[in-house]
Formats: sequence, C-alpha cells, structure tokens
Amino acid sequence: MTLTIGYYPGCSGAGTSVEYDQSTRAVCARLGVTLRDVPDWSCCGSTPAHTVNHVLSAALSARNLELAAQAGLEVVTTPCPSCLANLRIAGHKMEQPAFRDDVRALLETECETLAETKSTLQVMVEEVGLDEVQARVTKPLAGLRVACYYGCIMNRPPEVMQFDDPEHPMAMDNLLTACGAEVVPFPLKVECCGAAAGMPRKDIVAELSGRLLDTAAGLGVDAIATACPLCQMNLDLRQGQANAARGTRHAIPVFYFTQLMGLAMGLSAREVGLSKLVVNPKPCLERAGLL
Amino acid sequence: METITLQKPDSQFLRDVRERSGQEPSNCYQCGNCTAGCPYNFAYDIPVSRIMRLLQLGRRDEILQCKSLWLCATCQSCTTRCPNGIDVARIVDVLRHMAREAGYATERNVKAFGDAFLESVEKHGRVFEVGVVAGYVRKTGRFWTDIELGPKMLPKGKLGLRPHSIQGAEHIARIFRRYRGEPEPAATTGGETK
Amino acid sequence: MRIGVFVCHCGSNIAATVDCPSVAEAAKLFPDVVFATDTMYACSEPGQDGIIQAIKEHRLDGCVVASCSPRMHEPTFRRALERAGLNRYMLEMANIREHVSWIGKNKELNTGKATELVRIAAEKLRLNTPLFANQFDVTKRVLVIGGGVAGIQAALDCADAGIQVIMVERETSIGGKMAKLDKTFPTVDCSSCILGPKMVDVAQHPNITLYAASEVEEISGYVGNFDVKVRRKATYVNWASCTGCGLCMEKCPSKKSHDAFNEGVATTTAINIPFPQAIPKKAAINPEFCMKLQKGKCGVCAKVCPTKCIDFEQQDTIVSEKVGAIVAATGYDLFDWTVYGQYGAGRYPDVVTSLQYERMMNASGPTSGHIQRPSDGREPKRVVFIQCVGSRDKSVNRPYCSGFCCMYTAKQAVLTKDHIPDSDSYVFYMDIRSPGKGYDEFTRRAQEQYGVQYVRGRVSMVYPKGDVLVVRGADTLAGTQVEVEADLVVLAVGVEASKGAAHLAEKLRISYDQYGFFMESHPKLKPVETNTAGVYLAGCSQGPKDIPTSVGQGSAAAAKVLTLFAKDKLESDPQVSSVNQNRCVGCLKCTMTCPFGAIKDVKDRAGNTKAEVIETVCQGCGICTVTCPHGAIQLQHFTDNQILAEVNALCQPELEF
Ligand SMILES: Cc1cc2nc3c(=O)[nH]c(=O)nc-3n(C[C@H](O)[C@H](O)[C@H](O)COP(=O)(O)OP(=O)(O)OC[C@H]3O[C@@H](n4cnc5c(N)ncnc54)[C@H](O)[C@@H]3O)c2cc1C
Ligand code: SF4
Ligand code: SF4
Ligand code: SF4
Ligand code: SF4
Repeated sequence: MTLTIGYYPGCSGAGTSVEYDQSTRAVCARLGVTLRDVPDWSCCGSTPAHTVNHVLSAALSARNLELAAQAGLEVVTTPCPSCLANLRIAGHKMEQPAFRDDVRALLETECETLAETKSTLQVMVEEVGLDEVQARVTKPLAGLRVACYYGCIMNRPPEVMQFDDPEHPMAMDNLLTACGAEVVPFPLKVECCGAAAGMPRKDIVAELSGRLLDTAAGLGVDAIATACPLCQMNLDLRQGQANAARGTRHAIPVFYFTQLMGLAMGLSAREVGLSKLVVNPKPCLERAGLL
Repeated sequence: METITLQKPDSQFLRDVRERSGQEPSNCYQCGNCTAGCPYNFAYDIPVSRIMRLLQLGRRDEILQCKSLWLCATCQSCTTRCPNGIDVARIVDVLRHMAREAGYATERNVKAFGDAFLESVEKHGRVFEVGVVAGYVRKTGRFWTDIELGPKMLPKGKLGLRPHSIQGAEHIARIFRRYRGEPEPAATTGGETK
Repeated sequence: MRIGVFVCHCGSNIAATVDCPSVAEAAKLFPDVVFATDTMYACSEPGQDGIIQAIKEHRLDGCVVASCSPRMHEPTFRRALERAGLNRYMLEMANIREHVSWIGKNKELNTGKATELVRIAAEKLRLNTPLFANQFDVTKRVLVIGGGVAGIQAALDCADAGIQVIMVERETSIGGKMAKLDKTFPTVDCSSCILGPKMVDVAQHPNITLYAASEVEEISGYVGNFDVKVRRKATYVNWASCTGCGLCMEKCPSKKSHDAFNEGVATTTAINIPFPQAIPKKAAINPEFCMKLQKGKCGVCAKVCPTKCIDFEQQDTIVSEKVGAIVAATGYDLFDWTVYGQYGAGRYPDVVTSLQYERMMNASGPTSGHIQRPSDGREPKRVVFIQCVGSRDKSVNRPYCSGFCCMYTAKQAVLTKDHIPDSDSYVFYMDIRSPGKGYDEFTRRAQEQYGVQYVRGRVSMVYPKGDVLVVRGADTLAGTQVEVEADLVVLAVGVEASKGAAHLAEKLRISYDQYGFFMESHPKLKPVETNTAGVYLAGCSQGPKDIPTSVGQGSAAAAKVLTLFAKDKLESDPQVSSVNQNRCVGCLKCTMTCPFGAIKDVKDRAGNTKAEVIETVCQGCGICTVTCPHGAIQLQHFTDNQILAEVNALCQPELEF
C-alpha cells in the first residue's frame, strides 16, 4: 500500500515517549505508509494551555495545522491523544468565525486552510485496514494476553473526536487481534489514568493507575497495550509508585500498541524500542515465544 | 454549615460562565452523573455536580476557591455522559480560567506545573521536559518529588538534557506575548504598534 | 343584512389591554352593523341572553362575537344563535383574546387591531348564508386496535353494551405487557389472575371478533362509516382447527427461536403458543426459525399435529370490516437501552431490563419464578435497580418521564426481598414519582419495611469485576460518588411509542407527537378524543400510563363510542366543498388533489364529465378550491368571495375615530 500522510510526533515523542515515535515510524514504514513530519512543528500546548485559555491553546495548535496545510498535507496523524485532542478541538472551534478571529489575532496569520488531524490508531484501522495489517504479520502474538487501554480522551467527546465508540472503543482490540494477540475485554478502557497530575499530585496517579493495574491483573493479562504517552508513563514508569502507595506488587509490562504491532510484523526489539520500557517486558515476551 | 442567601446570586458571574463556555448551567437537573463518573472525585473538595449546583446559585467565590477546579484532568467523562448534553468539562475549564484570572490557585503545585510547562513552550517552541521539572522545582521550592524516577529514565535516554529549539520559537514567544497583551520589543516588531 | 357586534371583556382577560367599549363604538360605523355593544362575559348565561335579546329586539340576521378563540366557544355562540332562531352559520367570531390581548401589551395598538379583526368578521358575515347539515346512517360496530389491557377494557365495555367489536392484535395473543408482568403495584396482586379472566371474556364474548396476528392494512371512510382492511398474517397454522394442544411445541426441533413473550430471557420453539393462558390459544410458526420454511427440511409439526392444521403454504389474507368508530390502543414498547455503552450496551448478561426481570420473577416464566443470573444461573444476593434509563435523558432524545417505572421498580425491589429474603436491593433514582392513590406509601414501605436502599443519583457506569458487576453512581444527597457491587443489575427502561405507531396514525389520520405517541384532541378536556371524528385513544398509545389509568381510558373511550352510537343518524358538517356544475369543465384536477378521495366524477345529462363532492367524505380542507382553474369548486362558509371580503376589509385605509 502507498499512503503519504502528515506526521506530528508531539513533544514527548522526542523525550519520554521516544519508543512510541520510533515504533510508529517503523511500523508505518513496514506498512508502506510514508510519514512526512510537519515542518518546524511546535508544541500544541497540551493540557496546561487549555486550562489557561482556549484561544491561546487553539493558537498553539493551529500554528501546526496551518504549517501542515501549507506544506500540502491535508491530513496529519499524531500518535498522542493529548496532541490529538488539542489539534482537533482547535480545528473544531475555529469553525466559529469569532473564535477564529481571536486565534488569528494571536497568530498573526490568516489560517486560511488547516489540516485535519487523525490519531495514528485511526489511520491504522481506517486507512491501512485490518486486512492489510494482518497480511503483514509474520510473528503472530499468539499466547500474549493483552488488555487494550485507550485512555480517556482518544474517543471523547465523541462530537469532536468522531472515531470509534466513546464508551467501548474497539480499534486497538481489533488491531492487536489481527496481530494474533489474545485480547481480553478490558472494562476500564476509557477510565482516566491520572493524566498530567503525575508531578504535582502523584497520589492521584497512584490511585487511578493503580485501579487500572488491579483490574488488568484481575483479568490475568500478560501485558497492557496503550496508545498514549501519558497513560504509558503513568502505568509503566509510575507502576512502582502505585505499588508502593497501594501495597500491590504488579509487574505488568505496558507497551505502545505500535510496539506490539511491530513485533508481530517481525521488527526487532531494538527497532520498536523495547529497551525504553521500565517494567521489563522480556519475561512475558519470552513466555509467549516472541523473543 | 453556612446558610446560603438565595436572593443575591452573582448573576454577572453566571452570565460570564454561560458566555465563555457556551453552556447553559440551568439545564443541569442535578442527577449527579458527572460526579458518578468523575475519576478525580476522590481527590476533589467539591464534587463536580455540586460545582454545577453552586454555579446555578451564583456562588462565585466558593467555586473559584475550590481545589477541584485544579485537579480536573478534562477527561471528558462528565461531558460524554451528561444526560442534558452539558459540556461539563468545558465549564470546569472556564471556571479554572476565571480562578486564575481572579488570582486563586488552591492547588499551587498544579498551577506551578502548568506554568512551568508553558514557560518551556514559550522559550523553546516545544516542551523541554527537564526544563519543566527545573521550572517546577523553582516555583514550588520543593525538591523534585519524583526523584526516584530519575534513575529509571536517564539511562533510557528518555530525559533529553539539552533543549531543542525550533526555528519558529520566536513566533511562539510572540503568541504568548500577544496573549498577555505585552508590547513587542521595538527591535523585533519593526515599528508595529498596538 | 342586519348585523350585531358583541365585544367581550372576558373579565380583565381582554379588557385589561383592549378598550372594548371603543371597539364596539367603532363597529357601529361598519356596513350593515345595526347594533354593537361590549359585554362582560359573552359566554355566561346573562351574556348569551343579551345576544338573544339583541337579535330579537334589533331583528338581527347575523352576529359577530369578538372574544376568545372559536376553538373555545364557537359551539356555545352557535347554540345561542339557534335559540334566537338564526341559522348557526350566521355567526362569525373575532379572536381578540389569544390573537390580541394575551400577546400585546400596548392598549392603543391592541384596540386598533381588535377593531380590524371585528371589521374582517363583519365583512365576511355579510356574505354568509345559512347552511344545513345532512344526516347519514351510523354503522354501530367498533374497531379496537391493540389488545393490551386498555384495548381489552374498551372492547369489553362496548361489547357489554351490545355493540359489535372487531379487535385487531398484532401478536398471536392479546394481553399486551400486562400479560408478562408478575405482580402489580401497589397492591402486589398477581397480574395474570386479574387480567386472565378479562382475556377469556374477550375470547368468549359473542359480540367480539378477535383477529390476532393481524394488523390494520388500510382505513377509509369517515366517522360512522369507516371501511377497514385487516391483514391477517400467515401463522402457517390453520387456526380454525388448531386446538392449542401444544404437541407441535413438544416435538419441534428448532428450540433456539427468539422468545418474544419472555423478552428473550429464554428461547422457545419455532412453532409455539406464547404462554399457557394465551388468547387465542393457537400455535403459530415463526418463519425465521422454522427449518421447513427456511431450508425445506423438517415438517415434524405437521406429522404430529392431531388435527392436521399445519399449512406451510399459508399466505397473508385481507379481510374487510365496516365500523362506525375506532379505538386506538396500541400501547408502548421499551426503549432500546443498548445505546448506553456505559451500562455495557448489552455485553453483560447480568444487566437485564425491567420487563425481563418480570419474566424472571413470574412463576409461569422460564425460570418458574426463581430469580437467576442469566450468566451462571446463580441466585443474586445483591440486586441494583437503575431508574430513568432512556427516560428524562435529552442526550438520547427521550426527555420525558416514563411515568410508571418508579412504581414498578419499588414493586420489583419488594418482590426481590420476598423471593430472596437474604438479598439486598439498591435503587438509583433521580426523583420518586408516585402520585397515585397509595403509591407513595408503597415506595415508603419498600424503604422502611423492606430495607431497600434508595440512592439519589444517576449511575455513570457498570462494569464487570470477576463475576460481579460494579455499579458506580452518585448519591447527591450524601454529596459524593458511590460504588456498589451487584450480582444483577435491572434497568428501568423507558417507554416509547409502540413500533409502527406513527405509521398507523397516518392511516387513521390522527396527529402524533415527535415521539410517536398519539395526540389527544385537548390535553385536559378531550383526553381520549382525537382530531379525527370517530377515532378515540386509550392507554399508553397516547403516552406512558399505568394499568389503572389505562383501564380508565379504555372505559372512557368506550363511553365516547357509546355516546356516538346513541344517535341513529349523524349530522354531516356542511362546511364542505361543493361544485358549481355550470362552471366545472370536468378537468378533474380536484379529484387528483383531494387527500381524502372525496371527489368523484359523474356525467351530467348531456354526458359531460363533472366533478361531484361526496359530502360525508370531504373534510373541508379546501385544497381542491385552490386547485380548480375555474373557481368551480367552493368550500361552503369559506368561499373565495368571503375570503376576499376579509382581505379587502383589512386593506382599507385607516378609519378615523
Ligand atoms: C417492567 C414493567 C412493570 C410494570 N408493572 C406495572 C404494575 O405493576 N402496575 C401497573 O399499573 N402498571 C405496570 N406497568 C405498566 C403497564 O405495562 C402498562 O400500564 C399497560 O401495559 C398499558 O396497557 P396498554 O394496553 O396501553 O399497552 P400494552 O400493554 O402495550 O398493549 C398494547 C397492545 O397493542 C398491540 N399492538 C401494538 N401495535 C399494534 C398495531 N399496530 N396493531 C395491532 N396491535 C398492536 C400490542 O401487541 C399489545 O398487545 C409495568 C410496565 C413495565 C415495563
Ligand atoms: S451530569 Fe449533567 S445534569 Fe447531571 S448533575 Fe452533572 S451537569 Fe448536571
Ligand atoms: S472532566 Fe474533570 S470534572 Fe469531568 S469527569 Fe473528568 S476530571 Fe471529573
Ligand atoms: S416444521 Fe418448523 S415449526 Fe414445524 S417442527 Fe419443524 S422447525 Fe418446528
Ligand atoms: S417514572 Fe420514575 S424512573 Fe420512570 S422515568 Fe419517571 S422518574 Fe424516571
């Protein structure tokens, strides 16, 4: 398949979620999807911007959408749901002329055309397609019991995100099933993990991520798959904190779904950045005969 | 508990919220669904459905001083499930803006984190994570409480130690300055007046 | 013509913002007006007497009453005119209340507008002519559509009064929802014990003809003389000879058929009698699941049937019936709750609907009255009830209250305790709506005596944890989030109009609201009438209501039918179209355009085609009059000239006061 699409890695892609960026690029290459980075992209403002002011937040996002459109990219994909939410909400709200004018005043640009944003998950399911993914699988993830966790804003609010079921999304479940994994019905797919509260209030993250880990453990999973850098960080890097706060002893590896797809397509552990994960994924992958 | 005087609601406050959020608070019939689904409720001082009620009563100060506003993660659970289609998360967002404008910051650290984050964006055009941590520590006067995570991240190359600035960094900085209504330094604006 | 004008104050309703005496004063200057006065309450006895007296004293030929909407009092004033010896169509009304005083605040402007409305009415009246109604025969038979408790009551009342009743029921048995219920609030008496005898009465009543497994195909005609076509759907069983022995059910190998009567709690056989007390007690094949009809193989039932009544070739048939009145009692259906993803959207077997729960509690239900979890058959010890699912929820376009779920939830919680004494029940509610007699006491009893835990708040999500369900809701009275583990969750699913109700309403030419519920003629004063004469409503087809109210409406509709049938002849409304044969060129455009098929073509003596209006069918809508290129067809009482006179009256230059 040949598909060229704009790509917005998001700031964490260059830092705390390098392995998400790396595995996304690798999987796309394998699938024949050409990612063209938005030229000179800047931060979308993330949660802090919209908690301060909606126009500021939209301006920071719209700058990228405009740059993309100017570079001839109609659709931009981003792996990060937080970026996705900001970019999409900016596009959505700028349909109102008054709001658009306010944004223009901050940006000092015309904002004539803006690119549309889609999550990488959506691109995988809708543009690439499950059949195509399945056709590329060389090392099925058989024997790997996975809970798919989407995070709270990948599909919500539905009017803005316009993708999958807001209460019971299935995109990642279907993708990883196509990759041969045993996907368990995870009931807390869209419950919040604690999001950006990590630094100022790690007690909150410990509680919320702790509940998710407990539930996943109760289902006897080998691993959790995520689509969000913040979720991944809260569940993986902060798993120890949750354990300490709640007296649990979880050691559940938390992958990006693109890492698991990559493995199924025969990419190496290095190519999908497995070494960046904090909870050691080796035992579970070895048990499933994938390493 | 305090007796609320019903005759004197702060109706200007109510109008502001209505206008800035585009939502109609009187559509709320207090079913509690937003509170029921709010993952952060356990950490809140005022549950979100009660914020909605206090809003209907025009209780400005009580709302703007509450901690919940700062803890809400905009997870959209309330918005998605409100039977009256109220974008509750948006209302909370707007209330938080108003709290900021009024100079309240009842969860100081949350505010500090957000500020540090945006300062980093303003400076580099992108977020420089180590810079955010440093800024946060400076603002709160607290040593990095997540210090135990450092050893887990550093060897994995997850904490870039050097900021990468983009070409458009100055454009971003200008967005911030305009947002704050600050005059442009003469040298960079080329005589633009505002 | 000698016209009298009466300007009503309606107490202060009109007089507060309209200067009534000066309207009357101005009216005196209008052509043909010989008398004008203002009056405190025109509709009161002294008011009407005043009109009658003025007619006599001033030898009036017609009257203008400027007061409220003609919908309110036109019949009143027409009767007054008749008592004074005038034809009732010599009355015109000017609506200066709804159209003037209630909507405008400026007295001067209001007075001017009221004066103009009076002038319009007077100008029209100048062209009015006496009209006389024709009489026609009434077919004293009634069609009842829907055999729920409301329809059953209407049918029995009419039949007992000696009226022939045709009952059409869509399912293979009558009984409706009530037949599925276990016990009924607030007395907790057995539903089938009180409904069963009524169902038997329907079957045995010599005056009732029951068409089950049937639907109304087509309706034409008008009050007193409706022609109805009923589609009797193929059941693949010859009902004339089926004895209801049930041998076929025992032997049918297709045992996984959907069991609609049991709300899918269990499965049934492809050929089945829905429940032992079914009326009529006849077997029917569900073609979707029958192996013979699907794959051509099987036919076991035909072999075992002792009376040889299986007929795989059976087709739908149409029967025609003539009736004089119709009662629509098609009841309700339950909202499809699977739109609620947060409650599992149907993924969790132990989340059931209230009606499924009734079947689970019912001694003659699939579990013989033992409450069991669908997932593992275990007896639940913690049952959580969630109210207002698909009710009072704008986000799913169901803003209205379903009326009876508060009560049946209390009932179900009480019954749960009776069935499983060591169980705990929790009810999540927003408000407890229990305004009936003994109802609030009942919901209190559930809490005080049965220890049901009522929690005021909606439920945000239900999710499985191990083999139990976690219900996360709010307790807004305690002011926070609550969580409870449940073995079984029962959803009080909201009420919506029965499937196809809107379609049926169109056939009946009655109005329905945006949710498909039939519209009554007046929300307070005509609750069981519709805007189409001769068509009446009963039960939940008009909106959610409990059994006592549904039964009351069934009887009320029957009373309306009997009132209609008390006369041997009905009068037709003379405000219908009529054709001026001299002008008609026989193009028949009117025939094509009439939505009621009221215009037929005839030949005049010279053999030319002419249009002719069937007076009893014409509804007076007037579409034909604007279609006719020659103005040959005119609506009586609203002729072109009368309407133009009104327009001219309005377009006159200002009168000087
Ligand atoms: C779980 C539950 C428990 C309840 N418990 C109680 C209780 O304890 N006490 C109480 O007072 N009320 C109770 N109710 C309410 C009760 O069910 C209704 O008040 C009652 O059934 C209304 O009767 P109906 O005849 O108007 O409608 P229905 O019972 O719905 O009957 C309508 C009939 O019309 C038929 N029909 C529909 N469309 C057509 C058509 N186009 N052509 C021909 N036939 C058609 C249907 O098949 C049905 O037989 C309960 C309701 C539920 C859901
Ligand atoms: S969910 Fe909506 S209606 Fe219910 S309490 Fe919250 S804001 Fe009000
Ligand atoms: S958006 Fe905020 S208030 Fe709403 S449920 Fe999420 S955390 Fe709670
Ligand atoms: S022919 Fe159909 S209905 Fe009869 S026994 Fe076979 S499957 Fe059952
Ligand atoms: S009757 Fe009670 S449960 Fe049913 S919709 Fe009304 S308030 Fe809700």
